[in-house]
Amino acid sequence: MESSSSQEFIQHLINGISLGSIYALIALGYTMVYGILQLINFAHSEVYMVGAFAAFYASRSLGLDQHPGVGALIVILAAAVAACSILGVTIERLAYRPLRKSPKLNILITAIGVSLLLQFSGQIIFGADPKLFPEVIKDVVLFEIGGVDVRSMDVTILVIGTLFMTGLHFLVHHTKMGTAMRAVSSNGGVAALMGINVDRVISFTFIIGSSLAGVGAVLVGLKYPKIDPLMGTLIGIKAFVAAVLGGIGSLPGAMLGGVLLGLCEEMVVAYFSSTYRDALAFGILILILLFKPAGLLGSLQREKV
Amino acid sequence: MNKGEVVSLIGANGAGKTTTLRALSGMIPFSGGIEFQGQNLAKVPSHQIVRLGLAHSPEGRGVFPNLTVAENLQMGAFSRKDKAEIARNLEHCYELFPRMKERLKQKAGTLSGGEQQMLAISRALMAQPTLLLLDEPSLGLAPLIVAQIFEIIKKVNKEGVTILLVEQNARMALKVSNRAYVVETGKITLSGKGSELLNDPRVVASYLGGH
Repeated sequence: MESSSSQEFIQHLINGISLGSIYALIALGYTMVYGILQLINFAHSEVYMVGAFAAFYASRSLGLDQHPGVGALIVILAAAVAACSILGVTIERLAYRPLRKSPKLNILITAIGVSLLLQFSGQIIFGADPKLFPEVIKDVVLFEIGGVDVRSMDVTILVIGTLFMTGLHFLVHHTKMGTAMRAVSSNGGVAALMGINVDRVISFTFIIGSSLAGVGAVLVGLKYPKIDPLMGTLIGIKAFVAAVLGGIGSLPGAMLGGVLLGLCEEMVVAYFSSTYRDALAFGILILILLFKPAGLLGSLQREKV
Repeated sequence: MNKGEVVSLIGANGAGKTTTLRALSGMIPFSGGIEFQGQNLAKVPSHQIVRLGLAHSPEGRGVFPNLTVAENLQMGAFSRKDKAEIARNLEHCYELFPRMKERLKQKAGTLSGGEQQMLAISRALMAQPTLLLLDEPSLGLAPLIVAQIFEIIKKVNKEGVTILLVEQNARMALKVSNRAYVVETGKITLSGKGSELLNDPRVVASYLGGH
C-alpha cells in the first residue's frame, strides 16, 4: 500500500512536469516580448492556436498519421514553428510597430483586439468544431521503473521541451544576437547607439517566442488531441500566469513558473478535485500579485548613479 | 569640428547640450542639417550612424546592467565584423582601463559609478570611432576618478580620436579642450579656445564659481 501510493505520486510528478514544460514553452513567449517591449502580447495564445492547426493541416495533407514516428513529429513541428513565426512577426509589424511610440495602453488594447480577431477568423477559416490532432506519436509504455510507467508521450514532451529551452538559453546567452536581445531589453535607445538595429531584434524576438508557442501547440496536441480555434484562451492565460509567477521578463522564471504551475495543477487534480484545476492558476496569480509582484525570479533593476 | 580636436560644450542644466549630442547620434529627430564627413545625418537611423565612425557614450553612462562587462564591450563592437581588429581594440581598452580586464565576467550593474563610466567609454571606443561624443563623463563621480577619466580622454584624443565633450564640470572640460562653446537655452553665447575661456571673466563668474 505504502509503495503504491508513492508510485502514484511519482506518476503524478512525471505528468505534472510534462504539463509544466508545455506551459513553460508558451510562457517564454510572453516573457520575451514583455522583456523587450513591456507589452503583454495577448495575441500569443492565438499564435499558439494557429500552430496547432498548422501541424494538423500539415499532417493531413501529407498523411502523416499513417506513418507515426519521430520523422512525422519533426515535420509537424517544423510546420507549426514556421506558421507561428510568420504570424508572430506579422502581428508585430502590422499591429504593434506602428504604435511603438504611443502610450502602452494603446498597444495593450490592440493586442487584445488582435487576439479576438484571430480567434474568430480561426472559427471562420478552420471551422468552430473541434478537430482531432494526428497521433504522430503512439502513447505506449516505454518501460517501467519500480512500478512507475514511463510513457512515450511524456518522454517526447520532456525531451522536446528540454531541447528547445536549452537551445533558447544558448541562443540568449552565447550568441551575438542573443546578447543584442538582452541589450535592447535593458535599454533600447543605447542599444541603437551601439549599431544594433532595434527593429530587427524585436522581430527576431517575436520569431523565437512564437516558434516556442508552435512547439508547445504540437506537444499539447499530442497530449490532449482535440484542437479548436478557441483553444488558446485558457492555456494562454495559464502560461501568462506561469510567466508572472516566475517573474515576467525573466527567462528562467518562465521555465520555473511553467513547471511549478503544471505540478500544482496535477497535484490538485490528483489529491483534491479536478474542479479546482483551472481555479488554481488564477488563485496563484492573485497570490503572486498580492505578495510578490515581481515574481519568484523577477527583480526590479535599479541603476547605480 | 576639425579632426583631432577636443571640443566641449559647457553650460547649465537644460541648456541643450545633451540634446545636441542626441541629435548627432540620431536618438532624436531634428530639423536642419548636420554633416559628418560630408554626409548629412538627418535621415540616417541611429543604429547606422555608429558605422560612419561616430560613437556616443550617453549621459548617465547607459551600460547594460544585466550584461557582463565583456558582453557590454562586445555590444560596443556590434556593427563590426573584423574579429582580429576587434580583439586588438579590446586589448587597447584593457591598457586604458586595466580594471576592465579583472571584471570581464562581472555584471555591469555591479560596478561602481566610476567603473561604469570607464566601461561606457571603452564600449564607445570598441566601435573604433573617428568622433567620440561624451556626455557628462564626470557625472556623480569622486574628484579623483574624474581626474582619471579626463586623463584617459586626453590619451584617447592623442591617439587620433576627435572628441566632442559635454560637461557641467566646466573647469575640467576647458582644461582638456582645444575649443569650447558655452550653451545657454539652446544658443551658443560664447566660444573660444579652451584656455582662453578658462580665464574669461564671464565664464569664471557663471560656470567656474570664481576662484
